[in-house]
Amino acid sequence: MQQRSRNGINDFAIKLANVNGTGSASANGLLMQAIFRMGVPVSGKNLFPSNIQGLPTWYEIRVSKDGYGARSLDYDLMVAMNAQTYARDIQEVRRGGYVLYDSSWPLDRALWRDDAQFLPIPLAEMCNSRFRNPRERTLLKNIAYAGALVAFLDIDMAVIETLLDEKFAGKKALRESNRQALHIGYDYAREHFSCPLPFHVQTMDANRDKILIDGNTAAALGCVYAGATVAAWYPITPSTSVMDAFREFCERYRREPETGRHNYLVLQAEDELAAIGMVVGACWAGARAFTATSGPGISLMNELLGLAYYSEIPAVIIDVQRVGPSTGMPTRTQQGDLLECAYASHGDTKHILLFPANPGECFEFAVKAFDLAERFQTPVIILSDLDIGMNDWVVPRLHWDDSYRPDHGRILSKEDLDRLPKFYRYSDEDENHVTPRTLPGVSPKGAYVARGSGHNKLGAYTETPDEYQQVMDRLARKHRSAADAVPLPQIEDTARSRIGIITLGGCDPAVREALDLLADGGITADYLRIRGFPFHKSVEEFLYAHDVCFVIEQNRDAQLRALLVLETCVPKDRLRSVLAYGGFPLSARHVVESVSQHVQELTIAGKMKGRSG
Amino acid sequence: MPSIAKPVVRHPSQQTNELGLTIRDYEGTMSTLCAGCGHDSITAAIVRALWEIAMPPHMLGKMSGIGCSSKTPAYFANGAHGFNSAHGRMPAIATGAAAANRDITYIGVSGDGDSLSIGLGHMCHAIRRNVRMVYVIENNGVYGLTKGQFSASADVGSKSKRGESNQFQPIDPVILALGLGATFVARGFSGDKEHLVPILRAAFAHRGLALVDVISPCVTFNDHSGSTKSYLYTRKNELKATAADFVPVREEIVTSIAEEGVTSIAMHDGNIVRFRSVPEGYDPTDRQRVMSFLLDKKNSSEIVTGLLFIDETVDNLHEQNNTSAVPLCQLPYEQLCPGARALDQLQDEFR
Repeated sequence: MQQRSRNGINDFAIKLANVNGTGSASANGLLMQAIFRMGVPVSGKNLFPSNIQGLPTWYEIRVSKDGYGARSLDYDLMVAMNAQTYARDIQEVRRGGYVLYDSSWPLDRALWRDDAQFLPIPLAEMCNSRFRNPRERTLLKNIAYAGALVAFLDIDMAVIETLLDEKFAGKKALRESNRQALHIGYDYAREHFSCPLPFHVQTMDANRDKILIDGNTAAALGCVYAGATVAAWYPITPSTSVMDAFREFCERYRREPETGRHNYLVLQAEDELAAIGMVVGACWAGARAFTATSGPGISLMNELLGLAYYSEIPAVIIDVQRVGPSTGMPTRTQQGDLLECAYASHGDTKHILLFPANPGECFEFAVKAFDLAERFQTPVIILSDLDIGMNDWVVPRLHWDDSYRPDHGRILSKEDLDRLPKFYRYSDEDENHVTPRTLPGVSPKGAYVARGSGHNKLGAYTETPDEYQQVMDRLARKHRSAADAVPLPQIEDTARSRIGIITLGGCDPAVREALDLLADGGITADYLRIRGFPFHKSVEEFLYAHDVCFVIEQNRDAQLRALLVLETCVPKDRLRSVLAYGGFPLSARHVVESVSQHVQELTIAGKMKGRSG
Repeated sequence: MPSIAKPVVRHPSQQTNELGLTIRDYEGTMSTLCAGCGHDSITAAIVRALWEIAMPPHMLGKMSGIGCSSKTPAYFANGAHGFNSAHGRMPAIATGAAAANRDITYIGVSGDGDSLSIGLGHMCHAIRRNVRMVYVIENNGVYGLTKGQFSASADVGSKSKRGESNQFQPIDPVILALGLGATFVARGFSGDKEHLVPILRAAFAHRGLALVDVISPCVTFNDHSGSTKSYLYTRKNELKATAADFVPVREEIVTSIAEEGVTSIAMHDGNIVRFRSVPEGYDPTDRQRVMSFLLDKKNSSEIVTGLLFIDETVDNLHEQNNTSAVPLCQLPYEQLCPGARALDQLQDEFR
């Protein structure tokens, strides 16, 4: 495959193999944050198990001066801290790469590789002689290897020291033991090896207007800024940190200064059935409310998503997708809930979906979701995923426009109601096929019974075919008209190619990198990233404008492709799938290899004359 | 079947409450339940209680799930918003609504299928959270709309219409609620409106969740001999533990003359509930003794009714959360959004 040449300065990848629950995450995060502070584009991917302690866990750091943030599969350095996985980890290093390992214990000669260089450091031995407390020894061993990496990668020691100062402000003893551990590794590396390694970090200025944030935190922040006051949830990986963050932000920003009272309420529900029930109840009463969950939770919420759809009650659901089906792999990423969310619940139902590609869009789309939910009086599901939600991403600083005001849609005030001869809940549709709603506590004139049972346009119970269909047909029109209101697809068609590449969500960085690599190899393609459902008309236009479109997504069953086939008129055979669904974030290599192979096959079969138009 | 509006007939002599509303103003559309259904009597008691406490109709939220009982919110308080939701989910939806707007008085109307089977977990957790609401279970021991299956409240040995005998232990919502730490537990009988109305009035004044289990015979599927939820069986086996008398705060002054054997409890909102304990020494504030009394009577197949337990000292959901006094759904947006400057400052931490 094509591989861009790397000179090693600010262009390399390392992988750290650890044992879960030993405190490695904070050491790894520290390294990534230091590189970020040095102004260098960096990304970190935590590949962790569904476990509290003992199972293998990995962390990958990719440094890319060009800003490629997708997972790299070419590791220049492996930090092998887990003897259980030595065999596999050592094999993963690229030819000519390096392996740092803990030489307190001898390394099995069978694992040795002649085409890699080994960096033995007796980390445990040194930490054991320096520190007394067993827990401290385990934790600080991580800081010790971080110290070695500071030397090997030429990370600015002053930056690391500042980060430790910030982290352990007011905890003097901890700060001191961390400093010692850092220098144990650093000094050993400098004394025994030639530092830095050929690939290393050099200060840049690429991060001035950037932040380091995970998608769950960003989504929670969006909910705060949107004015959400009620949040209900049931704990589930990988969405839990959405609510943790929401609660933290609320404690900070939503206490009445004089009284200390809370301008929010977070309900930890008994299950996801209740969580969505609480959201629907709160939205019915007029609050902005949301829940955060993952695939298994969406399965349970199907019932009340149908109720909210049919009784036309807004609701915002953040689905941080993980690997299914069933329990699946809770700590691995996938885009497997597309079809389920699009048509969640029995009967004819259709929902509005938003597909953020990074934490920046998680923030933006969270706000948008509330506006859409209220304007269209229907559930809106944000489909994030574990990779976006739980990994720290470098993104442009978030912006907020203070002139923003929530779009509550059509809600009748007491004065509006006073002017009406009589109020009927499902009559008087506007250009979006939305009818005005009323809230409890405003006026007896606005009273009606919201119901999931058959109802007519007056809001009354019905079992009459025409009356039932009239409402159902309007709901279909209403959903269609949301196509112009959801975030537009991102289109880059300057290549004017016959090949289109379509993707969504967290595939974006890998696909963008792949586009560059494919172009280097002579295959140019246009790009479209879907950001909302129902699909805007430009999606169908793009499909028709290309002889072949590769639909790149992270699930087995080509769910985005299926949705495109169902919801557009484009012939099925124009759409070819590139799928990755093993649970780790997508890499450009996978996309390049698949697309190249397809293109080759198509060219041989005579279905495509040239590579680009 | 479409809903049927009731014709408005105003009798000039009809009494009005302090809002100037007659009892007819608290009615809803025509019931579509079977003639003689216990639920309709409960609806009538709710109408009466709402009129007596002069509830502004639009300040009431009528919540329900699915089942015969859950249809009834359409049959009272036309001027109130209602939510006829999904089977068993009413407590969750009511919790969310209560979270959003604490100024609304919520009444949830449920049944034994809705609350003791499919929605049992939700009911238990609404009780735990002490959501401020009146929670009525119209308990008939049977699934009516699906034609006569036993429900989870059917007693062991109770006979179905087809003659089958129930084998499984019943779930008694009153005993369950007491075990869960409920702060207001009552049981009524749909055939005794005079007894039920003051219980409902007290329930509306309660600080947290007021659970009112009402034995409500199903005339079509569970009113035969062999049933333990029939009119006849309930009348024969009813034991009134308390006769409650609800005294609104404005009348308290004239009725405060203590009577012998009467206990007064000040409700959180200042109203008073007075009890006359029928079995001597019955104390509706002693959870443990109430529990053992009920278990004892259960063994002798007696159906204990009345305001059985009350505790006005426990915080409700909003009090526990220290929520703003202004309903969350009415807070101005300016108070909710931290603004651009705060976002800028916050992001200095994300570096």
